Amino acid sequence: MSPELHTFVLVLVCAGVTIALRALPFVVLGRGGGQPPALVRRLGQRLPPAVMAILVVYCLRGTSFAALSGWLPALAAGAATVGLHVWRRNTLLSIAGGTVLYMLLIRWL
Amino acid sequence: MGKELRYALRRTVPVLCGYLFLGIAFGVLLSQAGYGWPWALLISGIVYAGSMQFALVGLITGGAGIMTTALMTLAVNGRHLFYGVTFLERFRAMGRACPYMVFSLTDETYSLLCSESTPPDLDPDRTLLLISLLDQLYWVAGSVLGGILGASLPFDATGIDFAMTALFLVIFTEQWLAARRHRPALTGLAAGLVCLLVLGQDRFIIPAMLLAAALLVPGAQQPEKEAPHEP
Repeated sequence: MSPELHTFVLVLVCAGVTIALRALPFVVLGRGGGQPPALVRRLGQRLPPAVMAILVVYCLRGTSFAALSGWLPALAAGAATVGLHVWRRNTLLSIAGGTVLYMLLIRWL
Repeated sequence: MGKELRYALRRTVPVLCGYLFLGIAFGVLLSQAGYGWPWALLISGIVYAGSMQFALVGLITGGAGIMTTALMTLAVNGRHLFYGVTFLERFRAMGRACPYMVFSLTDETYSLLCSESTPPDLDPDRTLLLISLLDQLYWVAGSVLGGILGASLPFDATGIDFAMTALFLVIFTEQWLAARRHRPALTGLAAGLVCLLVLGQDRFIIPAMLLAAALLVPGAQQPEKEAPHEP
């Protein structure tokens, strides 16, 4: 196999597995027009807040408390994002404010 | 279509910031590995999974095998298995758009769709589809741009990818303020933190999702009138 072909095959494998993961619930659950079982519906309703919390932890997973620059930018910017949002409930303002603060802090610290 | 497009453009601005920058970073990395923008277009077009695409560059340059690539993709993208459960009926109701909605269910698109409450004067199906399409458009555009620019990026945008973290935080806050019961949010937070501390940052996310799901399944249906994932 030429290197390009090998790369192409790897890309296809990666795409195939990713699509399979995203499609599996639709293939397995509640086919044939019927509603999915109550248990699945319940899970679908309760998962989003839990998933959001886990994604936040995932984004901040690299936080290190060894030095100030390892935790202060992310935690301060995260707190600013939440604070701005509770205050003004304006998604763009909260995200822009948090991100700008983060970009400033990682340059200063 | 115009009204829906304008609304979707506004809704997806946070993802635009994050995807454009991360996409450029991916395109640059890929071009440094010797693969130009057509490859960026291909990969962002059919893989469309942020962190996995970065891992894929490593696999390609390292000459990894098919099995390794498949297992790595399972490990990194396993969390996507959980996203469809929320939209089983919603996406099916969209008919021909359903396959694309399923394909394009990234972390960021999932988050936007979870927090979506389309204004009554807009077509809801069209709006959801436009949000998903725009998100991928940003990602593909960023990747191709990065592939063309190579390493000669005209400005230092390090840290702009914090927009993604901020997006998740904002949606988490929205859901928190809207919900009467905080058990799902707190369960997720606890599962995430415990698994991170016990398993380390490279392999905690799928166990954390499984743990959260297992803890959330039992318990009778609460008479929760408000839609739990709407602001």
